[in-house]
Amino acid sequence: MTNSWTDIRNTDLVVVMGGNAAEAHPCGFKWVTEAKAHRGAKLIVVDPRFTRTASVADYYAPIRQGSDIAFLLGVINYCIQNDRVQWEYTKAFTNASFIVKEGFSYSDGLFSGYDEEKRDYDRTSWDYEMGEDGFARVDETLQHPRCVWNLLKQHVSVFTPEMVQRICGTPQDKFLHVAQMISECSTPTKTMTSMYALGWTQHSHGSQNIRAMAMLQLILGNIGVRGGGMNALRGHSNIQGLTDMGLMSHLLTGYLNMPTEAETDYATYMKSRQFKPLRPGQTSYWQNYPKFMVSFQKAMWGEAATAENDWCYDYLSKLDVPSYDILRMFELMNQGRVNGYICQGFNPLMAFPDRGKSTSALSKLKFLVTMDPLETETSRFWENHGEYNDVNPASIRTEVIQLPTSCFAEDEGSLTNSGRWLQWFWPAATPPGEARNDVWIMSQIFLRMRELYRKEGGAFPDPIFNLSWQYEDPNQPTPEELAKEINGRALVDLTDPADPSKVLVQAGKQVVNFSQLRDDGSTMSGCWIYSGCFNEAGNNMARRGTEDPDGVGVYPNWTFAWPLNRRTLYNRASADLQGKPWDPSRKLLEWNGTQWTGYDVPDIAPTARPDQVMPFIMNQEGSSRLFTRGMMRDGPFPAHMEPFESPVPNVLNPRMRGNPVARIFESDVARFGNSEEFPFAATSYRLTEHFHYWTKHNRVNAALQPEFFVEISHELAAMRGITGGGWVRVWSKRGSVKAKAVVTRRIQPLHCDGGRVVHVVGIPIHWGFTGAARKGFNANTLSPFVGDANIETPGFKAFLVNIEPTTPPGVVS
Amino acid sequence: MNVELSRRSLLKVAGAGVAATSVTAMGFGEAEAAVAAHVRPFKLVNTTETRNTCTYCSVACGVILYSRGDVRKGEHAELLHVEGDADHPTNLGTLCPKGAALKDFVKSETRLRYPMLRRPGSDRFERISWDQALDRIARLMKDDRDANFIARNQAGVTVNRWTTTGMLAASATTNETAWTTFKVAKTLGIVGFDNQARV
Repeated sequence: MTNSWTDIRNTDLVVVMGGNAAEAHPCGFKWVTEAKAHRGAKLIVVDPRFTRTASVADYYAPIRQGSDIAFLLGVINYCIQNDRVQWEYTKAFTNASFIVKEGFSYSDGLFSGYDEEKRDYDRTSWDYEMGEDGFARVDETLQHPRCVWNLLKQHVSVFTPEMVQRICGTPQDKFLHVAQMISECSTPTKTMTSMYALGWTQHSHGSQNIRAMAMLQLILGNIGVRGGGMNALRGHSNIQGLTDMGLMSHLLTGYLNMPTEAETDYATYMKSRQFKPLRPGQTSYWQNYPKFMVSFQKAMWGEAATAENDWCYDYLSKLDVPSYDILRMFELMNQGRVNGYICQGFNPLMAFPDRGKSTSALSKLKFLVTMDPLETETSRFWENHGEYNDVNPASIRTEVIQLPTSCFAEDEGSLTNSGRWLQWFWPAATPPGEARNDVWIMSQIFLRMRELYRKEGGAFPDPIFNLSWQYEDPNQPTPEELAKEINGRALVDLTDPADPSKVLVQAGKQVVNFSQLRDDGSTMSGCWIYSGCFNEAGNNMARRGTEDPDGVGVYPNWTFAWPLNRRTLYNRASADLQGKPWDPSRKLLEWNGTQWTGYDVPDIAPTARPDQVMPFIMNQEGSSRLFTRGMMRDGPFPAHMEPFESPVPNVLNPRMRGNPVARIFESDVARFGNSEEFPFAATSYRLTEHFHYWTKHNRVNAALQPEFFVEISHELAAMRGITGGGWVRVWSKRGSVKAKAVVTRRIQPLHCDGGRVVHVVGIPIHWGFTGAARKGFNANTLSPFVGDANIETPGFKAFLVNIEPTTPPGVVS
Repeated sequence: MNVELSRRSLLKVAGAGVAATSVTAMGFGEAEAAVAAHVRPFKLVNTTETRNTCTYCSVACGVILYSRGDVRKGEHAELLHVEGDADHPTNLGTLCPKGAALKDFVKSETRLRYPMLRRPGSDRFERISWDQALDRIARLMKDDRDANFIARNQAGVTVNRWTTTGMLAASATTNETAWTTFKVAKTLGIVGFDNQARV
């Protein structure tokens, strides 16, 4: 989230697309209710299903799953055509005026540089024209035919209301109603917020769904302001934290990234991370990268990391592929090229696509370790549960070690919510039986392996021997010790560069925040963006101040928000080029002639003049990007792409299937279905009574929603002779499930291109074969093994199935 | 202490004081004692209150956990009740159908209690000790790392990749757990390392 849950109270318009906050994030959604009741805010829902969020919306429009980009580019086109643009913001705070190189083009649904063989783009033409002064060229009048604004205008022009209806199945009048409501937020005094979740991310073009809305929010002037923003609702209680902490194949902590094998030494690694400003006087804050990187290396390897050995750069793995993401790992596992796998609080048999492939892959492992408070299906993947897990244990040679862990009620530490608040919590119960916490388990695995390496030697033990492990009890580091490491400290006295006699931070003391980190090895910090969370003032994440000056929703003394306790990202953009708030009634910051003042920690240097330093300080441009240069694999603008399994061809290029650059493994090609064999558009989703595959272990939740079902329209039910409450079989190219049918008006057929009627099949995800609920099937038996082209998030939201009436499970028809 | 004198606890303290005073003042001591003898006492009397965060979605609602015993004093503690934290700015004391049933998660019959081993080809788990489990894991991991660690690629560049063992990290654990897990996994050279954010 750029903003916070409590900030939603400040909005005028909430757009829920790609999410269902009323059911999946009920207590956060109450701030939407608050804005509606006390500000007169309106709520728009655009979704294939008439969800409970839709049931309290001011306006609902249906959409075919997977077609959101066409809808959003249609809204951008509407705003441009009707001059509903926040011009001052767009001109100053976006790259609208930047001139793009000659050679960039877009036609037939593809950008310049496409190589069909490689399924990749040569992205060299997707960049700015550079001036002789070393800065990007701009045309502030927006007249240049190749300035970003004119290219965008051209790019979206095809998405007329007629075209939106053809692609999305959204009736033109409904689309126009939504576009008109959204376009009203182009005035400086009206703000819209976007609330989205997995409905946008779980597509082979998920990142571009989000970009499309971000671009719309930018031209409306809604980023950085109270009641605005791009708000990813996010799933798990610390999914934000685990990402911030870099527990991903391609990341290090704080969005530093893993080196590739082309980056053979530290100097080469840093060479592509110079982040030189692209316009005069701009901040380009990532220029501080070396300070954060060296401090991170010092946190990892302590005294072993020196300037002479490039801060142990050699210890880091160098990637030969963009990432060893979960899809790649399960593909390799299924090829027999992975021997061991550890699942910490993760149930991939339920959570990953094409379950049949997952079962086959796990069966090829030599060993599987699971760490969980609950009996997961993954830890029992080898156990026969009839139709629900039809395997032969005798033929599965995988050794499985199942470790019992503590849960939240028995643990202590911080969790980062979607609004970036790091909230410390305390333990209240003793874990059952011999369950132990994850820190102890990970420490034991590490210490025992280190001991084996000391005794026996083995493959490259240096990073293992030198890993910093300075804890009072090495067997059980405390949450405070770990949090202090994450914050960082001075390793020697840090003196003021202007006055070397003045010590800013004494050796051994916590740094106040990341502004004190250095690239000479004199500081350490586990995760720079969290620095400030536990400094000499104490554990700031444990703060519980409830004051909220003037009721603006900032709560500055409640726990700690990264970065620097800043509650709204890009908040300098809430004021104009003179530093005056766009909307005086919604002030966040204001320039007082010498510095920024206001409710929040400024997201800019406190004395940066408003007419000179632009608000998007992490970007080399200083402005935000409507055109992303070559930073995304599938286009500098979002383009309309169909799902790999779509009920209709791509209107712009019928030959193009799915995302033209998404990675497809050879073994999966034969596992994609087509619309002749599988005519119906399926989507998966969550119910308000359940959380993933966890709450089926709870008696209360299992009683509220005891068994698996699918939802279909009355029209589809009639077509296939299905009765409400009757059993149906739903199958895709990859598998088959049985479910009770819920026949409902919440799902309606959509009328798309050339009079095609698209029927939607809705499949909730919460059942398996362990726990208190009835055994059931899961949507991942059906969904395809393909991820987003940029980040490899699997597409669970749009695929093809067929459906027919059947007999209950266990009964032979 | 993590629960400061908040609006909620202030009311509770004040309320208890009023009740005790008025019963005595009105001379109902005996009647009160008779009632107390057969009425089940309020179950949250003498419980430990602990501030915690709901373990499900990223709204991260504040919750108060009531337990018998205080785990921070080294006592055995049993969770008795969960309610929303009225002082939390986001949820203001409310909980959803998932959060309201949090206690059932903690007390679920399918909570794991002991390390278990399933041998190749077997159709059952058998109980093992922590030492057996951890020594076995360390052995399996070291053997696989030693056999398959790629120290250099074909061009002779140091790459330090261990691709044959992978790990998924839990996004309901703390940042401090995440840091520990990160340190161990990345130091070993595990490249197939992701968390739920990937899906």
